[in-house]
Amino acid sequence: MGLELYLDLLSQPCRAVYIFAKKNGIPFELHTVELLKGQHLSDAFAQVNPLKKVPALKDGNFTLTESVAILLYLTRKYKVPDHWYPQDLQACARVDEYLAWQHTTLRRNCLRALWHKTMFPVFLGESVSPEMLAATLAELDVTLKILEDKFLQNKAYLSGSHISLADLVAITELMHPVGAGCQVFEGRPKLAAWRQRVEAAVGEDLFQEAHKVILKAKDFPPADPTIKQKLMPGVLAMIR
Amino acid sequence: MGLELFLDLISQPSRAVYIFAKKNGIPFELRTVELLKGQHLSKEFFPVNSLQRVPTLKDGDFVLSESVAILIYLSCKYQTADHWYPSDLQARMRIHEYLGWHADCIYGTFGVSLWAQVLAPLIGVQVPEEKVKCNRTNVDKALQYLEDKFLGHKAFLTSQQVTLADLMALEELMQLVAVGYHLFEERPRLAAWRERVEAFLGIDLCQEAHGPILNVVEQAANKTLPEPSPEIHLIMLNRLFRIP
Ligand SMILES: N[C@@H](CCC(=O)N[C@@H](CS)C(=O)NCC(=O)O)C(=O)O
Ligand SMILES: N[C@@H](CCC(=O)N[C@@H](CS)C(=O)NCC(=O)O)C(=O)O
Repeated sequence: MGLELYLDLLSQPCRAVYIFAKKNGIPFELHTVELLKGQHLSDAFAQVNPLKKVPALKDGNFTLTESVAILLYLTRKYKVPDHWYPQDLQACARVDEYLAWQHTTLRRNCLRALWHKTMFPVFLGESVSPEMLAATLAELDVTLKILEDKFLQNKAYLSGSHISLADLVAITELMHPVGAGCQVFEGRPKLAAWRQRVEAAVGEDLFQEAHKVILKAKDFPPADPTIKQKLMPGVLAMIR
Repeated sequence: MGLELFLDLISQPSRAVYIFAKKNGIPFELRTVELLKGQHLSKEFFPVNSLQRVPTLKDGDFVLSESVAILIYLSCKYQTADHWYPSDLQARMRIHEYLGWHADCIYGTFGVSLWAQVLAPLIGVQVPEEKVKCNRTNVDKALQYLEDKFLGHKAFLTSQQVTLADLMALEELMQLVAVGYHLFEERPRLAAWRERVEAFLGIDLCQEAHGPILNVVEQAANKTLPEPSPEIHLIMLNRLFRIP
C-alpha cells in the first residue's frame, strides 16, 4: 500500500499538506475525513489517529500525525526541491523557527477568528458576545503584525528569497480568517504582496482548489442538532 | 563573538536549551534575561529585532528564537549524539509528532498553575477558581495521554533513547512539580521515565537547571522575587486574560 493522506480541506494544516503533496507531484490516496459530519470521531479513524484529528498520514505500516511532522516527512522522503526545507543550517533554522512559533500564535488566532466570527453563528447557531469577538480579532491583529514585521520583514518570503514550508503553513492559516470575511491583507501591503507571490509560486489553480471549501464558510448550512451535540466538545477544546 | 544564549531558567523552554547545551559540552556565553524585570523588552539586554522571548540564540549575526528551532540548530551545528534528533527519518518524525502535540496540549497548559499560584498574585490578580479547575482537568488529560500513548512501555517518549522530546516534556512537567503538584504519585511509569531522563542528564546538571524554578514558591512566600516592572505588568495581564 502506498501513501495515504487523511484530510479535510476545511482544516488549515490539511490544506498545507494537500498543496505540498500536489505541488510536488507526490502520489497519494486521499481519504476525506469530513469534520463537520463528525467523521473524525468514528472508530475507524481512531485507528489511524487516536487523537481524532486531521491531518494524518499512513505510509505502509507507518502512521504519522501532526501537520509539521507530515510536511517534514514528505520533504525528506520524496526529495523535493531544497527551498521547501533548506539543507543550509541557518536557512533551515528560519523555517523551524516559524514552524515552532505558529502553533500557539497565528494558528490559534486564525482558528478562533473563523469560529467566533463565522462557524459559531452560521454553522452552530450560537451567538458570540461582541466583546469576545473583538478580543479575538484584536489578538489576531497583534499576531499579524508580528508575522509582517518580525518574520516577513522586507524579504520575498517568510524565511528568505524562496518559498518554504513556512509560507505554505502561514498562507493556509490566513485563509481561515479570510474565509470568515476578515480583512487580513487590508492595510498590510507587504503581507498582501507576499500572498500574491505565494499564490503564484504554488499555482493559482491548486491554490483555488485547496481553498474552495473555506472560502464558502459563510454559506455553510446550519448543523443539525445531533451533529452539533457530537462536535461541540471537540470544538470547544480546539479553540480554547 | 561566539555563541550566546539568552535565557531565564524560570522559563521551561529556556531550561531545555540550557540543559541541552551543557549536557553536550557546547560552549556558550550565558545571557540571563530576567523576565519579571522586563529585561527581554530592553535593547540593552536583548538582541534587536528578535521576538523578544526567551530562549533566544545569537551566533555571530544570526539571531534565532523558539526553543525547538534552537535545539535543532545546536544539534546540527555541533553534531551532537544521534539519539537526540535521529537521522533516521521515521524516528525523527516521531519527535516532530510529539512536539506538535506538545505545542497544542502541554505548552500553555502546564504553566498555568504557576501563573495562578505565584505570578498572578505578584501583580495583585487572582485567577478565577473555575479556570484553575478547568486547567487541572486539561493537565490530567494530557498527562494521561503522555503516559499511555507517547511513553507507553518504552524507556523514553519517542524511542528507547533520550530525544529532544523528552527534554521539552520534562521541563514543562517541572513547572507543575515546582508548585507542588504530585503528578508522579499515581503515575509510576511517568515517574520511572522522569528518573531515567534525569539520570541520563546527570543529577548535578538537573539540580543546577531546576534550582530557580523549584525555589520559586518559597521565594514568592519570602517576597524575594523581583517586583514586576510596569512594562511587564501589562504583558502579564494579557497572558492571564488568555487562560481559558
Ligand atoms: N497540531 C495539529 C492540529 C490538528 C487539528 O487540530 N486538526 C483539527 C482540524 S484543523 C481537527 O482535526 N479537529 C477535530 C477535533 O479537534 O475534534 C496539526 O498541526 O496537525
Ligand atoms: N514557543 C517558544 C516560547 C517562548 C516563550 O513564550 N517564552 C516566554 C517565557 S517561557 C517569554 O519569553 N515570555 C516573555 C513575554 O512573552 O513577554 C519557545 O518554545 O521558545
